[in-house]
Amino acid sequence: MASNTNFEKYKSDGSLQGNLLEWFDARFPATSMWRGHLSEYYAPKNFNFWYFFGSLAMMVLVIQILTGIFLVMHYKPDASVNANGIPVAFASVEYIMRDVPWGWLIRYMHSTGASAFFIVVYLHMFRGMLYGSYRQPRELIWIFGTLLFLCLMAEAFMGYLLPWGQMSFWGAQVIVNLFSAIPLIGEPLSIWIRGDFVVGDATLNRFFSFHVIAVPLVLLGLVAAHILALHEVGSNNPDGVEIKKRKDVHGNPLDGIPFHPYYTVKDIVGVVVFLMVFSIIVFFAPEGGGYFLEYNNFLPADPLKTPPHIAPVWYFTPYYSLLRAMVWPLFGIDAKFWGVVAMGAGVVILAFLPWLDRSPVKSIRYRGPIFKTLLALFVIAFAILGFLGTKPPSYAFFGVIPGAPVAQVLSAFYFLYFLTMPWWSKIDKYKPEPDRVTM
Amino acid sequence: MSNESKVDCGRRRLVVATAAVGGVGALAALVPFLSSMLPSERAKAAGAPVEVDIGSIEPGQMITVEWRGKPVWIINRNPSMLETLPKLDDSVADPKSEKNMQPAYCKNETRSIKPEILVAVGICTHLGCSPSAKFKKGADEGMDSNWLGGFLCPCHGSTFDFAGRVFKSKPAPDNLEVPPHMYLSDKRILIGEDKKGA
Repeated sequence: MASNTNFEKYKSDGSLQGNLLEWFDARFPATSMWRGHLSEYYAPKNFNFWYFFGSLAMMVLVIQILTGIFLVMHYKPDASVNANGIPVAFASVEYIMRDVPWGWLIRYMHSTGASAFFIVVYLHMFRGMLYGSYRQPRELIWIFGTLLFLCLMAEAFMGYLLPWGQMSFWGAQVIVNLFSAIPLIGEPLSIWIRGDFVVGDATLNRFFSFHVIAVPLVLLGLVAAHILALHEVGSNNPDGVEIKKRKDVHGNPLDGIPFHPYYTVKDIVGVVVFLMVFSIIVFFAPEGGGYFLEYNNFLPADPLKTPPHIAPVWYFTPYYSLLRAMVWPLFGIDAKFWGVVAMGAGVVILAFLPWLDRSPVKSIRYRGPIFKTLLALFVIAFAILGFLGTKPPSYAFFGVIPGAPVAQVLSAFYFLYFLTMPWWSKIDKYKPEPDRVTM
Repeated sequence: MSNESKVDCGRRRLVVATAAVGGVGALAALVPFLSSMLPSERAKAAGAPVEVDIGSIEPGQMITVEWRGKPVWIINRNPSMLETLPKLDDSVADPKSEKNMQPAYCKNETRSIKPEILVAVGICTHLGCSPSAKFKKGADEGMDSNWLGGFLCPCHGSTFDFAGRVFKSKPAPDNLEVPPHMYLSDKRILIGEDKKGA
């Protein structure tokens, strides 16, 4: 709606502010951007709870950028050891926590913000799966979203190295070594990524550079592309029907309401509730029981001693389980290479959803029992994979059901869910979509 | 402009050729940036050999020293540890050390120069974690009851015997690496250099 409407330039009423705005608007698309993206951007009137998470993800991004700016003022990406025998990077994080005024708050906001980002983004993605938001004509929005998810994972992974704790070091060691499994180019590639033969000062400095500037720039560009593409085609809604099919005499969708003030106000409610929960975690449980900040990361990195149990932070664990599930060498290539392939494919396959889903309807409200059952199973499988990823490979449920084969079965299900979707989404029953949205 | 029906092919070719040459230049400009991420000359020079006094390691004990940023284990194996090695030939993936994970002078039953002293890089050949010592037999270390002692990698569960040989059906593909090393005297060794290099 934004780009295909020509808004008139602002005409002054003769007042000083009016003249100023007229001057400005003649030289910059202020009015047209405001109207096209906010006051005259029509969004479906039936948005529900699930539609909070897009704007919340943007707000968490702002929190991360703001807290990050202030953390960089005190943090030092330096793996060398100081006079007390502590790595400088690790010591600078402790300095932020203990000596910088309010430093502890800014750091905990940033570390909790990372987990909050993934919670919000996972819910945002699930919303898309519930209501078929990835379907035509929103495929490109969904692809930009998948790229955003990949970028976010890279951003989180590289940020996690910076405190230079035991988990930072050994997590990076394991993940960078994964690349060495790629045939022929693997070993030189992993050396190129590390900038050294082991994870060291060179690795810390480049991850710092990527974390604070390179990846955030890409992230911001993708967010802009994600939103521009969304505003071009308009939002989906819980009914999955196109509101642009029914328009009033002014050419505005009958079931649409202007984003501002209606959804800006609604989103503020979401923001307030989110900030309440966020504050409770930041102030009372910033370590998240060892899931948001792992206990081993309060020990400085020791290249000579691996902690007894290594696990990634919770938001990576479903994909880490996919990686660990591959234990068989195939075509003469190491199993660990196929683990990397499985982990990467697990994310990339999301981008193909628009073409895998062949159902005549978009929303779960009008879809049949096969979709509902499989989606529920998919969520459960994803959660169990995530849980198993936090446990050592020898873990057994109740001490009897071994976790490793369970993870393998669930990993197979993860991929089969997507790969068989063209078939089951087509044969599934469905109810006819209504002509207009329901509330 | 829009009603121009004929494309000037000569001009089009020139545009394509110019863009191609410009593209090659842009690609060439990537080389210094991408190369700057390779290990620096300082990083490459940091691999100096390390001299270690092994006189104080009691039989059955091990020490860890740092060489090229990696942990190197020196284990003074006692007779009961050495006895376990031939028993495990059927359980380990590469009993005869066929793969090139050690210098030629360590390609033997104990994977060492002197039978009792094992020098090995303490980095799991799977994904680079450092395995933990599980020297006691059986369930004392929380291992299976038929465990004869060795090393367990905490990350993905690979196990190694007292010669650093990896057990079968574990994620790690190879035995632990034995670095080049030499004896300067009875009690002193040099890690990172051997007689060939000297």
